[in-house]
Amino acid sequence: MLMKRVLTLAFVTFWSIFVMMPILWALVTSLKPPEAVDFGATFIPFVDFTPTLLGWESIFGVGGGSVNLVPALFNSIIVTFGGAAISLVLGTVSAYGLSRFAYKLGFIRNADIVFFFISQRIMPPIVLSFPFFLMLRNLGLLDTHLGLILVSIGGLMPIVVWLMVDFFNGIPRELDEMAMLEGYSPFETFVKVILPLSAPGLTVAGMFAVIFGWNDFFYPLVLTFGQVVTLPLAIVALNATITPYWTLSAAAIFAILPLVAFAFAMERFLSRGSLSGAVR
Amino acid sequence: MALVGHDLSVAVDDVTYLSNVSFTFEPGRIYVLMGRTGAGKTSFMRAVSGLLPLDSGSLSFNGEDITHAPVWKRDCAMVYQQFINYPNKTVRQNVEFPLRKAGLSGTELSNRVDSYLAKVGMTEFASRIPSQLSGGQQQRVALARSLARHSRILMLDEPLMNLDFKLREQLREEFLELFQGENESVTIYATTEITEAMMLGYEILVMHEGQILQSGKPEHVFERPKNKLVAQIVNDPPISIISAQITGSKIVLASGVTLPVPTHFRSLAEGTYEFGIRAIDVEPATDSASTESGEVGFVEVSGSETVLYLHTKAGEIVLQIEGIHDYHAGQKLSVALRPERMFVFDDSGQLLGSPKLEVS
Repeated sequence: MLMKRVLTLAFVTFWSIFVMMPILWALVTSLKPPEAVDFGATFIPFVDFTPTLLGWESIFGVGGGSVNLVPALFNSIIVTFGGAAISLVLGTVSAYGLSRFAYKLGFIRNADIVFFFISQRIMPPIVLSFPFFLMLRNLGLLDTHLGLILVSIGGLMPIVVWLMVDFFNGIPRELDEMAMLEGYSPFETFVKVILPLSAPGLTVAGMFAVIFGWNDFFYPLVLTFGQVVTLPLAIVALNATITPYWTLSAAAIFAILPLVAFAFAMERFLSRGSLSGAVR
Repeated sequence: MALVGHDLSVAVDDVTYLSNVSFTFEPGRIYVLMGRTGAGKTSFMRAVSGLLPLDSGSLSFNGEDITHAPVWKRDCAMVYQQFINYPNKTVRQNVEFPLRKAGLSGTELSNRVDSYLAKVGMTEFASRIPSQLSGGQQQRVALARSLARHSRILMLDEPLMNLDFKLREQLREEFLELFQGENESVTIYATTEITEAMMLGYEILVMHEGQILQSGKPEHVFERPKNKLVAQIVNDPPISIISAQITGSKIVLASGVTLPVPTHFRSLAEGTYEFGIRAIDVEPATDSASTESGEVGFVEVSGSETVLYLHTKAGEIVLQIEGIHDYHAGQKLSVALRPERMFVFDDSGQLLGSPKLEVS
């Protein structure tokens, strides 16, 4: 028993270090002065080297540099949260329909529709990139926020639908029936009874949508040319020129900070709202 | 002023849920759907509430056709077998929720909620959420929520099913008080238990495989079951059905035991019939005349009664004895059947005569 506990703890510790290492490395490197990077292995701030904010200053264009990630940050926020929010709304409504009503269209049933949504993610983005490019060009939406948001919905909505169908299936149907018997129309039932119970599911779906949207690199690469540069594009662009490690590291940490903040903000909704007591 | 159903039928994927069900229900009265599990009681309620779409037939309330009215416009309240409440709302909010939709607010709303919480004895738990309540308390909340609405149709689908014995007895008695008096709803109550049906029902409807086999006053159905199946459904412990012959003035059982033909069977022609006898009308024999003997197969002690399942040459005979007795499986036992308490069915199972109905 004790042995098992020790082994579990040891493994968890090892794995945590393994996973956190690159992030720690980036964080430490972002604080290093050039000498500390160039000469020998140094790791511990204040002991091995004197930390400096040079790297961080350089990604905001402080000190005359040409690099400034702030516009890219705003582009990323607009595209990611815009796409995730729309996906969450559309996906949740679709998922509720797929969970509660039986659709028939020829040989197509609910399970086929869910698979259709998921299949959007099975396809490699490169397959879709050319059609999307043509579509956006014809609509005049290339290199615009709206264009990128529309394309991102195609990728994010399946995640939401997939997660929420499962979540709604876990909410007893009798609750919907009861609300309808009590005079609430199906839409009112959805809004007043089911949604308030769905906070944990919506949080997970929303977090996934934001994470996937935030890290998307390929579509922005293909569908924008410089007006709407998102963070992943901006960081890769840094790599294309000769950019010092400390700047790159600061940029990398900077890019994940909003996600980390978002995750912490959402965490409290995950445990809240239990279904127990609905149906015994 | 009535809820009228005419020829309601529902079948989904070749499974029949309801088949040509017709009824007329008056407000202020309790109609009990009686039948085994799967008899169509729940389907009946779902069809009336609109949750189960009808294949054919029509429904009307006070002459207004509601066959195609959506669920949320039918004004039906339902208490489910499982205790269903909104898990994220407090007891008070649960009861308020349907009332708000009905347009109540302010003191009218709070008075109504208070009075029904008091009626079901949940006043002190008003601010709890359902998961903090016991099963019986959860069902009380569901009950208060449904009763407080004063809906025109109130349906209870085996509401006591998942409760323990004592609580069931207690709530059953409270039901009578709750339903009587100001209740102006058409009340439909589903149950598998005859005691409940007899106690609550203004009228009972015996259901089997989606059909109504017989309907009428509880005593009438109990004393004059239309056929063998109805007799089996409304009797608990089960009624014993044994095949026997009428020869001269004797009833001859398969084992050769003979019983005198009782007065209510005297017009019965000679031949083979099926006889039914209730468990309560069979007793351990005190003398050797007119007794059937067999081996005890199964002993069931419930409350203050002992129920024995006896294997005899004439067939299985069930008897119920007052008090708790020490019988065990395999034991030999002779029992006396009271012919004057017997039912008789023809070969198609239709009732020919019963203690309250002389064979014509």
